[in-house]
Amino acid sequence: MKRAALSLLFALCSNAQVPYERILNSAAQPESWLTYSGAYHSQRYSTLDQITRANINHLKVAWMYQIKALHKVETSPLVFDGVMYISEPPSDVTALDLRTGRPIWSYRRPIPQVPVCCGQVNRGVAALDDQLFIGTLDSHLVALDMKTGRVRWDVEVADYKTANSITLAPLAIKDKVIIGIAGAEYGIRGFLDAYDAKTGKRAWRFWTVPGPGEPGNETWSGDSWQHGGAPTWLTGSYDPEANLLYWGTGNPGPNYRGDPRKGDNLYSDCLLALDADAGKLKWHFQFTPHDVNDIDANEIPVLVDTQFHGKPRKLVLFGNRNGFYYILDRLTGEFLLAKQFATQTWAKSIDEHGRPIPNPATAPSPEGATVYPDDDGATNWFSPSYNPQTGLFYQNCREKGATYFLTEAPYIPGRQFLGASRRSLAGVEPWGALRALDALTGEKKWEFPLPTPPWSGILSTAGGLVFSGDMEGNFFALDATDGKLLWRLQTGGAVWAAPITYVSEGKQFVAIAAGSAIVALALD
Amino acid sequence: MRITWPIAGILLGVCLASAQVPATPEDLGTGERLYRTECTYCHGPRGEGGRGATLARPRLLHAPDAQVLSDVIEHGIPGTEMPGHWFTPREIRQVAAFVESLGRVAPQKIAGDPMRGETLYTGKGGCAHCHTVNGRGGALGPDLTDIGARRSPSYLRESLIDPEAAVPDGFLQVELLTRDGRRIQGVRLNEDTFSIQIRDLAGNFHSFFRSELQKLDKQPGKSPMPSYKGTFTSSELDDLISYLDSLRGNP
Repeated sequence: MKRAALSLLFALCSNAQVPYERILNSAAQPESWLTYSGAYHSQRYSTLDQITRANINHLKVAWMYQIKALHKVETSPLVFDGVMYISEPPSDVTALDLRTGRPIWSYRRPIPQVPVCCGQVNRGVAALDDQLFIGTLDSHLVALDMKTGRVRWDVEVADYKTANSITLAPLAIKDKVIIGIAGAEYGIRGFLDAYDAKTGKRAWRFWTVPGPGEPGNETWSGDSWQHGGAPTWLTGSYDPEANLLYWGTGNPGPNYRGDPRKGDNLYSDCLLALDADAGKLKWHFQFTPHDVNDIDANEIPVLVDTQFHGKPRKLVLFGNRNGFYYILDRLTGEFLLAKQFATQTWAKSIDEHGRPIPNPATAPSPEGATVYPDDDGATNWFSPSYNPQTGLFYQNCREKGATYFLTEAPYIPGRQFLGASRRSLAGVEPWGALRALDALTGEKKWEFPLPTPPWSGILSTAGGLVFSGDMEGNFFALDATDGKLLWRLQTGGAVWAAPITYVSEGKQFVAIAAGSAIVALALD
Repeated sequence: MRITWPIAGILLGVCLASAQVPATPEDLGTGERLYRTECTYCHGPRGEGGRGATLARPRLLHAPDAQVLSDVIEHGIPGTEMPGHWFTPREIRQVAAFVESLGRVAPQKIAGDPMRGETLYTGKGGCAHCHTVNGRGGALGPDLTDIGARRSPSYLRESLIDPEAAVPDGFLQVELLTRDGRRIQGVRLNEDTFSIQIRDLAGNFHSFFRSELQKLDKQPGKSPMPSYKGTFTSSELDDLISYLDSLRGNP
């Protein structure tokens, strides 16, 4: 409480609306949503409890804002001081009045032709002091004046002409902005960058594919490291006490051909723990060495302090696209647990060190090899939620396989670097489910089935609620304890985003991007 | 010289026609090679579709003509995962030519008589109960107005003899039991987490919330269409196939 009062005082005395200390103390101000996953630990859980199991049948649309773009809307809004800040695809930013949903200002960026695997999308902005930050599809990082949306600085992160692109929300910590890169379907070499928030000067870069002479380079045969992928296209988490950043990396390139890149292919499909000041690697854990199925580890690392096997531990929980739920010690990277949460056939098992025993029959072949999950994964970038009240880890899961046929994969700048063609499984209806896992064992406690595999994130709240959406336009709330359906709304547009919650004029709201709209809901 | 509008029109037509240089076998070969690295992953090696749309059809949903097809290849389709491509203008034409070739059903010599086939279609076969041709007929099965342009005679023959061998994408037979005891068989029109919409075998529309159902049985790979193996003689089958092959879409 004292800390909260101090940080509030600090915020009032400074011109800066969102000093680092304010984000650090997110827990003390649940009325705001200050960073991509709500707080640096990325639990996407809120202590707000006005909306409860008992009154949720009164939840109604308060306002909607329609984005005038045809692309998928994956944004997770930020909310503070009476304003909602959203990114709009491809790389625009709009500030909305929290009372009415009316736009206050917009930043519009013309985007050149950039080859992207999965749509011209953007997942949100970061806030620090009096600036907002957006990563752009043409691989720039832009700082905007929070009050006006005018550009403070605009720096090139990487060359979009070699298919580098940015789709993630940046992460602002201390005096820096952390930004990752996408483009592993086009043979980029991945990295994670930090920029000085005031000047836009690059503070450090960590190459996720080590160059010659660097440790890990020996895990790539020949020159394959040059187009090794290992992208960093989803926002990571931060432990301020340890001063460590936690960031997932994606597939090695070419996605489906292992022969040109023999070895484990570090640091693809890893969770990285990096010193936040210098970008130095503290530890890494590779979920899927020498991946040939495109099972990126670009998921949300969820940081939790709790008793594990009778001892207080600092954990990182990680629901992986490869179909396994992992628990690691986040200070050392020690492997503690892996538990399968969805259908998978690529691994026979996981050994006592957390290393998978792959199933060679699922590697793409000229005749075609069928594998679960398909390359969209058993889960994907959409946010899970950890709820300390129930001790459950809520995750949207995809039950879908596919058959992969090997093809050539020559590297040509700006062209796909895949090495397979893909066929859906005939006569099989893919499906999905929102699953609640015991956070400490990975055991499934319950599931809420969905008729098609989902792409929506999850929010849980102290009101005993879990919010999520589906591809058919439903936004719904479940009982956090048993998964019983409590409330639903057909929004008319697929939910490709994660919900947030905040307080406006004393009332708790929930907001979600559905179709092209931002929908804000409150009790009537 | 004064150019009158009709002459200008003719000149413009000549210019447009000369812009559409017919694809050579070399162009098609290069187009196929580019298609293999850039397009196969989503659209399948022969345009059969998968993650992306089926391209082996005479008229593409997002590319009704050659110009739009080139635009789509170059710039992608907003709101979908279809990306733009860094091809040269020549490469775009080559890929477009190959894509267009995927949708053409090669003309085959067919033994039957289409006039007799049409009589069988409306009469003995009862096909019009479930299928539409030129706006007339039932709604349960796929529209057959341009089936001859979309499907080869051998595919049509297989569909008539063994309908479940090739159930079209997105077609799902369902059987459900309502809480008030009604059993309804039909075809799914739409479904979400909380509801399903179906057309029953008589062509009636129904909408149910899941909470109104005791049981929902999805039957992928099943089709309400009967086999016509025992219904038609071999020459009648030829006649019907030749009629279906003649259906090339509304003028």
